Amino acid sequence: METINTTRRTLLKGTALASVLGITGIVDLLTMSQANAAWSEVAFESGSVGDVMKALFNEDLTPTESADITLKAPDIAENGAVVPIGVKSTMPGINRIVILVEQNPSPLTATFNLGKGARADVSTRIKMGKTSDVIALVEADGKLYAARKNVKVTIGGCGG
Amino acid sequence: MAGIKAKAKLKGDAVKVKALMKHPMESGLRKDKKGNPIPAHHITEITLLAGGETLMTANFGPAVSKNPYISMIVAGPAKGDELTIAWIDNKGESASTEVVVK
Repeated sequence: METINTTRRTLLKGTALASVLGITGIVDLLTMSQANAAWSEVAFESGSVGDVMKALFNEDLTPTESADITLKAPDIAENGAVVPIGVKSTMPGINRIVILVEQNPSPLTATFNLGKGARADVSTRIKMGKTSDVIALVEADGKLYAARKNVKVTIGGCGG
Repeated sequence: MAGIKAKAKLKGDAVKVKALMKHPMESGLRKDKKGNPIPAHHITEITLLAGGETLMTANFGPAVSKNPYISMIVAGPAKGDELTIAWIDNKGESASTEVVVK
């Protein structure tokens, strides 16, 4: 089951990336997507931001804080089960957006892989266990940028 | 299970796609009334396609809220084009829907 899933993901990623960049560099991209296929499970289960970074990028990279990323999140979330988050950036060459919640049991919340024509402007709703920094990572031209914002949570949305 | 509500609207030169998916997004951390852990059950991947081409994929962990909402902006599709939104979860369940750009 696991194997099938992984293969499928690899295929999907491979196809997506290949269609973005054309035929050149397909071999490199396939190796890259192998790594991506592996991160999905490991990274999403990692218990700290450092571990997530290792799982996603093979090392604990320190992203550059950037004012070109707009992280939209409430100052106070009354209900930690539904916290609206939006990430937007005008930087060129963005291929991935990652949303992390520092204090959650597993910080990695969602990743968005931008394909053909996709703009770096996404939003979703997430769960937060307690007051924490929300971090938006943006991968552009192989470099990593970040924006963070503290969100106060009155009622947590992770346990039961 | 297979409920996706989606809207795609052309604004300027790009299409804003909004989707609301019906899914429990169980984190795996909660316990039922008897104290037994409720196994994780969440969407792992969402794909936005146009004419067989992937415009965006999103990977979700269990920390995305129940009945996930997602919005994306893509350039390329025109009015009347059909987009496909699909998800798969960690139990191998899946759903997809077509939405016409307005």
